[in-house]
Amino acid sequence: MSEYRGIWVYSENKELMLELLGKGSELAGKLNTQLTVPVLGHEAREHAKELAGYGAQKIVIVDSPQLREFQVEPYLSVLTQLTQQHKPELFLIGSTRRGKELAARLAARLNVGCIPDCQELDVDDQGRLLARRIVYGGNAIVTQVFRIKPQIVTIPRRRFEKAEYTETSKGEITAAENLQVEPSKTEIVEVKPIEVAETKIEEARMVVGGGRGLDKKEDFKILDELAQILGGQVGYTRPLAEDRKWFTEWVGLSGHTISPELYIACGISGVIQHVAGIRDSKIVVAINKDPEAPIMEMADYIVIGDLYEIVPALSAALRKLLAST
Amino acid sequence: MTRILVCIKQALDVSQLKVDSTTRRIITADAPKKISDFDKNALEEAIHVKEKHGGEVFTVTVGPEDAKTTLREALAMGADKAYLISDPSFENSDTLATSYILAEAIKKTGPFDLILCGEASIDSFSAQVGPRLAERLSIPLITYARKLDFDGDVVTAERSLEDSSQTMRAKTPVLVTVTKEINEPRIPSLMAIMKASKKEIVIWRAADINIASEKTGESGSAVQILDVLAPKTERKRIVIKGETPTETAEKLAKALVQEGVIGR
Repeated sequence: MSEYRGIWVYSENKELMLELLGKGSELAGKLNTQLTVPVLGHEAREHAKELAGYGAQKIVIVDSPQLREFQVEPYLSVLTQLTQQHKPELFLIGSTRRGKELAARLAARLNVGCIPDCQELDVDDQGRLLARRIVYGGNAIVTQVFRIKPQIVTIPRRRFEKAEYTETSKGEITAAENLQVEPSKTEIVEVKPIEVAETKIEEARMVVGGGRGLDKKEDFKILDELAQILGGQVGYTRPLAEDRKWFTEWVGLSGHTISPELYIACGISGVIQHVAGIRDSKIVVAINKDPEAPIMEMADYIVIGDLYEIVPALSAALRKLLAST
Repeated sequence: MTRILVCIKQALDVSQLKVDSTTRRIITADAPKKISDFDKNALEEAIHVKEKHGGEVFTVTVGPEDAKTTLREALAMGADKAYLISDPSFENSDTLATSYILAEAIKKTGPFDLILCGEASIDSFSAQVGPRLAERLSIPLITYARKLDFDGDVVTAERSLEDSSQTMRAKTPVLVTVTKEINEPRIPSLMAIMKASKKEIVIWRAADINIASEKTGESGSAVQILDVLAPKTERKRIVIKGETPTETAEKLAKALVQEGVIGR
């Protein structure tokens, strides 16, 4: 096992890549080892230099026209070969949907383990990597260790701090040659961009959440108003995004995980997947007609009533209070 | 004839778990189990394909003896034949070991045109077995499908990623993992449940599919679980009530100010 040394990080998502570099540097310090980034693409040397500024000590460039855009098999085949050659002890991969598939398949090709969506990652006093993740639909946190290396872990967005850019840090840049790039087994027929909110709900101190208790998309204006008074943002549950197609993102285990100072759940029943996404909120308010709704178990303040009456009244009350202070 | 396989997991019913209040340990010993939700979507989609194109729907699970109940439910939904791959030595297998067992079982059942899995299981939610199985079988993979079209030789599927939605195409055999948005799983009728009791469940042990024992169970797993604990969350659960919505709202606003989360 000792032949495996070093930490590698990779994500096709640029923001997440910087977060992986941040966490990767921290762990490299604890494990007294080096941080390496593979850069896959075409004519990507400038990008490699930039990553060095973010703390990558070694950068391995794989330059090929076949790697111009992310496709699973070409990227997977290259990363598999690099991992076999360089033998890192730990490979952190960004937990996007593409990344999770990539990580699982990389682990399969290398015949090793993969712990996806780690919320916490640390090194214990025996030098073992401890990975914690949410399981049982948000009802439990499991702590796991690997029995074999390389250890593959995926990390969700906005879980760890981004690496800081330093002009002076320079990594050692090398080019990997003679790698086999496997052709893609699937064909992408069409790509439609999804509009993604520019503001990050994870960073909001106040979040007003809306669920199936809202009858029409237009009704969100009462939630928007409340959020505006609070200086916060509005979040949605998964059914509003995936079933009703009103929005493209949602708060919950499978979407955004948030930890605001205040979360006001309006017309949200509180299925466990949603609750798992708001569990770290400091104060939770639940406004719901149904006193039996599971969200009540999760709330500090409970209002049993019609959100269409309570929310505007709360906006008015807060406006009055804030004006007087 | 088109052969479709649906891989299902008998998962813990996560909505019914109990917690030991002193240790925060999750009590899984006699927790109720059910077909993992997204696997039902996979099964429903397989039945759609069969209804359109004909063919046979098979279902397989790796699990303990009582996973037969789960398979019976899958048969009631419309699967034609089920395989239970079960052996005491499989206990505590992780995704590495489980995908190995499934791949070996598929070697014995013969190839499929289409293999469907749920995007992830409701209990461990790791989304690993589907992709790992596609790798072991060296077949194309489409993950997170929310729409699927099968024409006998080609599978076209739509999937949502974080920044885009993609339409993907691949030649059969293909493995597809599906999300819950793809369909609404049927609830089997009493008639279907009765008919299912006559359908065949084949049980294979490790020896029946030439499983190397060191590759399964705890010893064949790459990941080891140290503990599973309930998260610490203690909420106040204070009910705010007024004569009118305005009064209720004012009481709530005051409480939030007292908490120090508002008015700073």
